[in-house]
Amino acid sequence: MGLEIATSKLEDAANWGRKFSLFTYPFVTACCGMEFMSVAAPKYDLARFGAEFPRFSPRQSDLLMIVGTITERQGPILKRVYDQMAEPKWVIAFGVCASTGGFYQNYSAMPGADQVIPVDVYIPGCPPRPEQVLDAIMLLMKRVQEGRGHSQVRHKREQLLRTGG
Amino acid sequence: MAKAVLDALRGKFGAGILATSSHHGEDVAIVTRGALLDIARYLRDDPAMAFALPCYCTCIDYLGLEGLQPSAGTVPTAYASRTRGEGSGAPGARFAVVYELRSLVHGQRIRLKVPLAEDDLVVPSLSGLWPAFNWLEREAYDMYGVSFEGHPDLRRIFMYEEFIGHPLRKDYPKERRQPLVRREWTDE
Repeated sequence: MGLEIATSKLEDAANWGRKFSLFTYPFVTACCGMEFMSVAAPKYDLARFGAEFPRFSPRQSDLLMIVGTITERQGPILKRVYDQMAEPKWVIAFGVCASTGGFYQNYSAMPGADQVIPVDVYIPGCPPRPEQVLDAIMLLMKRVQEGRGHSQVRHKREQLLRTGG
Repeated sequence: MAKAVLDALRGKFGAGILATSSHHGEDVAIVTRGALLDIARYLRDDPAMAFALPCYCTCIDYLGLEGLQPSAGTVPTAYASRTRGEGSGAPGARFAVVYELRSLVHGQRIRLKVPLAEDDLVVPSLSGLWPAFNWLEREAYDMYGVSFEGHPDLRRIFMYEEFIGHPLRKDYPKERRQPLVRREWTDE
């Protein structure tokens, strides 16, 4: 393992570290929060993936979990929380409401949190099974390693523009 | 027992009471706007009434049912199955503001309905008599656009200031959204 890291690119090493230490910020607005607690609790044990530590300050976290319905009125708050997070950062839309608005097709519910901020992984379900969430975490970890998270891609693009443009 | 309340109201306020009904223990008095404040004050202050507890205040939009009388027997079947044949209680009145009161002393409930026309959506506020109605009347204002006369702080309570219209009206398009913030879509 040591040799592999030494011979791979520095960015890959950093990403390897990032994917095993995702600090989540649970933006819990609705009933999916119960399922999030279930995932974090010992039975399903999110800690196995290094994402055990919910930080309740966006400045100390790099994974924004949008857990529950986002209303239009909450949009500016969500955007502000996202903007406060340090780069690189990732976003998971937890549950069908955060992904698409779910069955709330009305004046108050936002049709998906991605109307306001970019989302890396969407978890369907009302609420999703804990296994689905773990699946999503693993999917995200893969993306982090490959440098395909939205903020990683944005960073790369900005770097290219700076050096190449 | 509950019928006594309706009888007392009819006897005391006469023309202020448009109709009353009593089904399955639900006593409803349809009252005029002008008499509402006096009726409410009587219900609260008279020891034989003592309706001290305000349960809720809300509004009903009877769009398409304006002409129907409450509990009329001759309504179209489709309407009847949907609404049990109830209109707002006064011809041409699209909205009804509803107050539900409870008397803890006498163990009674009563519902007051005030039919209102769309172009004259004003009703006296009861938040002076029961302060708990303050926020509930703000909700009715927010969702239906009812102006409560004499309300100390008539602002929106759920929707944001920028919101235009009143979303729980039946003619508010259910898919219409008024976003506060949207992001620019890139290929992130």
